[in-house]
Amino acid sequence: MNQPLFRNLALIATSAVALAACAPKAPKVLPPDPGNAVSTNTTGGTLEGPAPGSQADFVAQMMGQDSIYFDTDKYNIDSQDQAALAAQAQWLAKYPAKRATVEGHCDERGTREYNLALGERRANAAKNYLVGMGIDASRISTVSYGKERPVALGSDEGSWSKNRRAVTVTID
Amino acid sequence: MKLARFVLLGALCSAAALAQTAPPVAAPAAPPSGGIDVTVSDDSDWQDLGIAIPSFATDADVPTQTSAGSTSALGFSLASVITADLKNNGLFKPVGPADLPRPGFGEVQSPSYDTWRSRSAEMLVQGYVRAAGDGQVTVGCYLYDVALGQQLGKAGWTVAPGDWRRAAHKCADMVYARLSGENPFFDSRIAYIAETGPKDRRMKRLAIMDSDGANHRYLTTGQATALTPRYSPDYKSILYLSYFNGQPRIYIYNLDTNRQDLLLASKNPLFAPRWSPDGKWVLYSMAAAGNTDIYKIPSGGGTAVKLTDSPGIDIGGSFSPDGSKIVFESDRSGSQQVYVMNADGSDQHRISFFGGRSATPEWSPRGDQIAFTHIAGNLRIGVMSPGGGEMRYLTDSWQDEAPTWAPNGRIIQFFRTARTSGKTGVWQVDLTGRNERKLETPVDGSDPAWGPLRP
Repeated sequence: MNQPLFRNLALIATSAVALAACAPKAPKVLPPDPGNAVSTNTTGGTLEGPAPGSQADFVAQMMGQDSIYFDTDKYNIDSQDQAALAAQAQWLAKYPAKRATVEGHCDERGTREYNLALGERRANAAKNYLVGMGIDASRISTVSYGKERPVALGSDEGSWSKNRRAVTVTID
Repeated sequence: MKLARFVLLGALCSAAALAQTAPPVAAPAAPPSGGIDVTVSDDSDWQDLGIAIPSFATDADVPTQTSAGSTSALGFSLASVITADLKNNGLFKPVGPADLPRPGFGEVQSPSYDTWRSRSAEMLVQGYVRAAGDGQVTVGCYLYDVALGQQLGKAGWTVAPGDWRRAAHKCADMVYARLSGENPFFDSRIAYIAETGPKDRRMKRLAIMDSDGANHRYLTTGQATALTPRYSPDYKSILYLSYFNGQPRIYIYNLDTNRQDLLLASKNPLFAPRWSPDGKWVLYSMAAAGNTDIYKIPSGGGTAVKLTDSPGIDIGGSFSPDGSKIVFESDRSGSQQVYVMNADGSDQHRISFFGGRSATPEWSPRGDQIAFTHIAGNLRIGVMSPGGGEMRYLTDSWQDEAPTWAPNGRIIQFFRTARTSGKTGVWQVDLTGRNERKLETPVDGSDPAWGPLRP
């Protein structure tokens, strides 16, 4: 329905990635309107950005790469996932005291119990890749939510592909 | 077995409570002994029987401690519950007490057959209520063939005030078993997951109710997501999955003490708890490094036995009624399929070859069928023989999953999820696939687990 808008957003995101590559200090979102700003300490990010090494910093730095996505019933790590996990590993290597949980999820088109096990398998696939990148296994835990916590709420392939995911969440 | 016990109970109670003027209760037809010859009675004549169920009479209208009121009001409520049991399951077309004359106490054992013949009733259920000592109530239940002018069955129970609906269910069970030749099932309970809230933040609470939805009770607050409950065969506890500590683990909820404990401490995720039919074992599934296998452990505590060892997801499991075999789900062949093994884990072999995926197998309590979820685009409830033959669909909707059997193996409950909204509901269907209905629950419901017939 909002396909053109979505494309525009994607375009903005892409330029933001490019910008970020050149100038790491660039704001991730526009700063608050000067007229309305009463505090500079918002979670949305300021010119300073979130505290380095925080979960907010991780989310901001990952630019969406805190999640990887899977095909129906699959748990393999494809090249796109590898790039995302490499970025995650880089961040985790930079903050060696940080621990993280990988949350495994499934789309709604499977049975509840199997999806719990499949989500766990996906979370483990992501964890194993991070460990392979040199992150200590003891720093990464996993949890599966099966199909119980979708992010996209439609009942269509577009939504399902967004829900078949493993999300890395760092622990503040 | 269960039927025999029930009839014995009925006979004992009636000996104590009823005047013995009527001929003894004729034993219902022996139930099929778990054979594979059982066919589905697809066009049973008894389904069209006209059954009259007038208000139960009382010798003296006195107050009771039941929620229904005085013995007279209770007599009306009993007949109403029996009528609803027989009607809502698509079994019969009974006429209830609101539309019938009220027989006197003296008529209970000598019905005015002519009156009922003139109303075109073919069967008549009459009964009485009496206040017993200690606040208890005694309920008598009689089934008559109006055309023959003959009593077909009778039973009686003395119950605590809070259990008066059980007397009605027992009466409906007697009528159903006597007329259909099937085993009874109304006097049973259901555990399920009550769901509220938007699709991405559903609150999932453990809840229980009678087979007709009455006596509903929430057991957990919803702060932690609860899933996949299973009643213990003695109804004393419930196994279920909870995220209480942030991770999926199996808890055992004690219904006497309202206390819950971990089934077993584990640093790995645990899923899919199941009881053995005798309650002595618990099956569970545990993921280790992403690989899920099925284990069994004595329910009273002890050493776990690993039953599967395949690289992949082995999960769930349901014992055959004699406890000798387990049907379970595995994706070792590349997709979810149904397998059978011996209870010690030996002789694992696939039985589902239908195309698509086959999941959540549940062995019928009478042994002759396995209910499961078939996934081929939509999710549908189907049944097959224990050998994997004679596959039939029972439902045809967008998403039906997780079947559970009525205690007599004639009706299956499952949950249905609505496309887009994600709203869930507990539904049931009989083995003909024709009588499908939604159970009324206070909020949305999923993961029904039907317990056995209560003793």
